[in-house]
Amino acid sequence: MATVMLRAPLSELCGGRLHNLDGRTVREVLHALERSYPAVAGWILDERGRIREHVNVFVNGEHGEEETSVVETDRLQILPAITGG
Amino acid sequence: MTELLVGTRKGLFALDGEPGLPFDVVARAFEGQSVEYAMRDPRSGRYLASVTSWFYGPKIWTTDDPAGEWQQADGLALPEAEDASLQRIWVIVPGEVDGLLYAGGDPGVLFESHDGGSSWELNRGLWDHPTRPEWSPGNGGLCLHTIAPWPGEPQRLMVAISAVGVWLSDDGGTSWRHSNTGIVPEYLPDEARDNPIQHCVHDVRRAPSRPERLFMQFHGGVYRSDDAGGSWVDIGDGLPSDFGFPVVIDPGDADSAYVIPLVGAEDRTTPGGKVLVWETRDAGATWSPRGTGLPEADAYLTVLREAFDSAGSGKALELYFGATSGAVYASGDAGASWASAAMHLPPVYSVRAA
Repeated sequence: MATVMLRAPLSELCGGRLHNLDGRTVREVLHALERSYPAVAGWILDERGRIREHVNVFVNGEHGEEETSVVETDRLQILPAITGG
Repeated sequence: MTELLVGTRKGLFALDGEPGLPFDVVARAFEGQSVEYAMRDPRSGRYLASVTSWFYGPKIWTTDDPAGEWQQADGLALPEAEDASLQRIWVIVPGEVDGLLYAGGDPGVLFESHDGGSSWELNRGLWDHPTRPEWSPGNGGLCLHTIAPWPGEPQRLMVAISAVGVWLSDDGGTSWRHSNTGIVPEYLPDEARDNPIQHCVHDVRRAPSRPERLFMQFHGGVYRSDDAGGSWVDIGDGLPSDFGFPVVIDPGDADSAYVIPLVGAEDRTTPGGKVLVWETRDAGATWSPRGTGLPEADAYLTVLREAFDSAGSGKALELYFGATSGAVYASGDAGASWASAAMHLPPVYSVRAA
């Protein structure tokens, strides 16, 4: 299982910061997170299943996209982008 | 005492006070997030807020206490199979059936709630309208910003979308027809003005005492309809500019309306640095400035479409508007005199008298 690392407010929606989830891609892992914690649906992935524009997903420290491959030992960090105003 | 809900670029502010004196900030919520709109449902007392996180997208939240915990509403999403995502919720309006609420948003979408705002579903009649591929956005996006139910007749509904125009339904939103007859989109070349879509409506209000009467602030022009939106006549003569965003009416007098003209489409500030609200008492035949107590010089304000509202009616009509400067102004005498209610809020997106 890959490890997903969250910060607030996502960690509050999911009952904690660390989650071990199955999935072969970033999208599959994030969908698994949504299935486990429906409250987070729509926060990271939009209706199209795309990562929101101002959310960054890192896989082992490298910027990842929806189809980025994930293996059991990978760490996914979900972070807000350094944008905004 | 009047409660104001002020949506800003940096959160929701609940203010209490009376026109003529500064209002008190009694609650702040959603710090750092854009609150496009907030209102209190007069039937239930419940507060609803449209909040768009820069990071995590648009949501509607509800509470019975704006200083307490808020609950996220369900169902605000577009169909997964479509290549579109919800960008913002612009407005929330009570319907004419208990528990019914409407929410309008970008991209030109209408949502309905039948449980007081806890859960929402997309109005498919408007979403699936065959003209949708022709719809194009205005500067603020493809925003459905106006929802005007017909008092006592839940089947009759009007919505307006920028830059698409006015849409009418007589079957509770199952089917829709556009109704832009008489509106002149001067921003289009002459040969393109017959296009029934592409109308950049900025705001529409219905007169509750005479529901077939509507006032509209257009992208360039102020219009009135006396046939429930079937046709529109230009009533902008006498105003210093035909550009602006909000329009407000006196609920007790269908001939009385208020607009805040701004210098044309590029500048979008109060003309000449002087802040004036313009009033008509004869359905748009004549207009008079109302500015006693408002800034008279060096004040270049922008007042957005949801940032003007009223409470009460007649001579005691209370008027409130906020600007992107962070100032909120109040009148307790139908615009005859004004005073600041708040001066240093974040940029104001919406003002609603609860």
